Amino acid sequence: MIYKVITKNEFKKFINGLIGENQTFGPKQVDRRADGKAVYQFMEVSSFDEMDLNYTVTYSSVKNFFLPFKEELSHFKFSDNDWEQAVEYRVNPRVIVGARPCDINALAILDKILMRGAFPSPYYIARRKNTFLIGMDHEPPEDCFCKSLGHDTVHRGFNLFCEDIGEQYYLTINSSKAFVFLKNVKAGKPTKKDDVKLIERRKLLRESFQARVEVAGLSSVLDIEFKSPVWKKWGDKCLNCGSCAMVCPTCYCYGIEETIDVGMKSSRKERVQYSCNLVDFAQVAGGHNFRPLKEDRLKYRFYHHYRGFAENADDPICVGCNRCGRACLAGINPREVISDLQMEG
Amino acid sequence: MKYLGIDPQKVKIGVFDFTGCEGCELQLANKEESLLEFLSLLEVVNFREISSDSSQDYDIALVEGSISRKDEIERLTDIRARAKVLVAMGACACFGGVNYLKNQYPLKDVVKEVYGMHSVETSKVKRIADVVKVDLNIPGCPVSKSEVESIIVSIVVGAEVKIPKYPVCVECKQNVNTCVVDLGKICLGPITRAGCGAVCPTGKAGCLGCRGPAEDANYGSLREILREKGHCESEIEQKLCFYNAFNGSTEK
Ligand code: SF4
Ligand code: SF4
Ligand code: SF4
Ligand code: SF4
Ligand code: SF4
Repeated sequence: MIYKVITKNEFKKFINGLIGENQTFGPKQVDRRADGKAVYQFMEVSSFDEMDLNYTVTYSSVKNFFLPFKEELSHFKFSDNDWEQAVEYRVNPRVIVGARPCDINALAILDKILMRGAFPSPYYIARRKNTFLIGMDHEPPEDCFCKSLGHDTVHRGFNLFCEDIGEQYYLTINSSKAFVFLKNVKAGKPTKKDDVKLIERRKLLRESFQARVEVAGLSSVLDIEFKSPVWKKWGDKCLNCGSCAMVCPTCYCYGIEETIDVGMKSSRKERVQYSCNLVDFAQVAGGHNFRPLKEDRLKYRFYHHYRGFAENADDPICVGCNRCGRACLAGINPREVISDLQMEG
Repeated sequence: MKYLGIDPQKVKIGVFDFTGCEGCELQLANKEESLLEFLSLLEVVNFREISSDSSQDYDIALVEGSISRKDEIERLTDIRARAKVLVAMGACACFGGVNYLKNQYPLKDVVKEVYGMHSVETSKVKRIADVVKVDLNIPGCPVSKSEVESIIVSIVVGAEVKIPKYPVCVECKQNVNTCVVDLGKICLGPITRAGCGAVCPTGKAGCLGCRGPAEDANYGSLREILREKGHCESEIEQKLCFYNAFNGSTEK
């Protein structure tokens, strides 16, 4: 990795240059909630000033730039005696600016499963490889608990990462593409003073966390508490609405839909984002549902996130962004559910 | 038209309207870009809005509207006797729809309010399923033409008819909307069957449940959430009653 520093003014010029050449997405305020809090999302931008890089955290994660909610896997064309299949992976190069450490760590987890796992997805790989990802540190919002899961700092999964040291950004360059892009930009070698500022910045951010989740021994607590009444308590509140999974940066469950177009001359096979919290997720041919109760469905989402599945080497896949907790109208959030379980144990 | 070399059997359908606004029927004639293809899958034998034919020989009867007169009961019973498959189409047919609001008041007051001096014969509003056996519900106010298309295609090729079981929130989140409950409004999306693409919350209006209940919907929890957000019981009740889609299923 290579390190550089860049003034914020020069950085703005650099980003505007990228925006001029590529489809670019960045954080924008889209709404204000009834309680006064701003709502941000990653949106397409046409200039640096449209973005709000001081944003807290986006409501939905960047996951869906890589795993779209709906994605065509293949297209079929029928003729009288034959059919043809077309598969398209191509994506145009694009840029995402301002992803938070948790967003990037979440992508690194998805990379493990969808790039280097037993069944790599060429669709995911194409989107990932063609996206230039610029990350940015920030003061954690009060309900983030990424630090508890070790995801408050980031070492891989991005092209460029910016840490705010006052007048300048301290840049971590993690790809040759980023190195080449920065060639014509005024960015210098960090001085001793810059290094000190960086250490101070990191220390300040680390100390700013207010929310915490006890993850020590969590995997065995989950094994022991499989039948705990805690699941019913929270399950009774759950709307099985899937909102948590849709906004979560690491939930990757999907369904496959096959649709014959109304003209009967073509059809499509599509991957649609799904959630283990939805009522028919575990329903099989013949109608039997392996998870008939709300509490079962809620529980399995927690098991995947904190206990892990063999598919991801039994590692937890939660990065602690609390997007699920913020999106859940029923107030179900990892912090409280896990603390209930730990108390049971 | 051939599908994979096989000539699919055209479906003989009749479309019938009862008490409703004919909006669902109009949907069938909508979406011009695929209208010809849609019609080529069908043999429409009885549909007042697009054809003057009125044969009584059909496999599928698409029934729009609710039942609010005695003669409608007779006509519907007759249709049921002829149709192999009877489909209730739209919120009025499936749940009673907006018409059902009438049942909250004494009949004679309703007649007086609406028709003044020219009183008419009318009865309490019934769902299609209150009168005859319904084989398939296509909910919505109005129904979505794309959904109707995909159902007809499934019938023609003999595939399973699929209507989402999960709630509107899934589609709403997939549209990357701000939740309108967070904006201070009432939304019935968490208990309502998806399939409309969450059009109302995408337009910043709360869902009123025109597609009826999602499977295993959690009414109690939604009521509690809305109460905690400061919405009063009568306001919540009013939304739940709008299409009569949750009648009998919403425990407090
Ligand atoms: S936990 Fe919350 S967001 Fe997730 S399905 Fe249940 S109610 Fe919806
Ligand atoms: S979890 Fe929160 S504090 Fe951590 S990186 Fe994500 S948004 Fe920032
Ligand atoms: S489970 Fe919740 S806190 Fe964990 S990564 Fe997903 S959205 Fe974030
Ligand atoms: S706006 Fe309505 S449908 Fe959308 S997420 Fe919120 S409650 Fe669900
Ligand atoms: S959002 Fe609700 S009311 Fe609006 S069309 Fe969909 S189901 Fe009907």
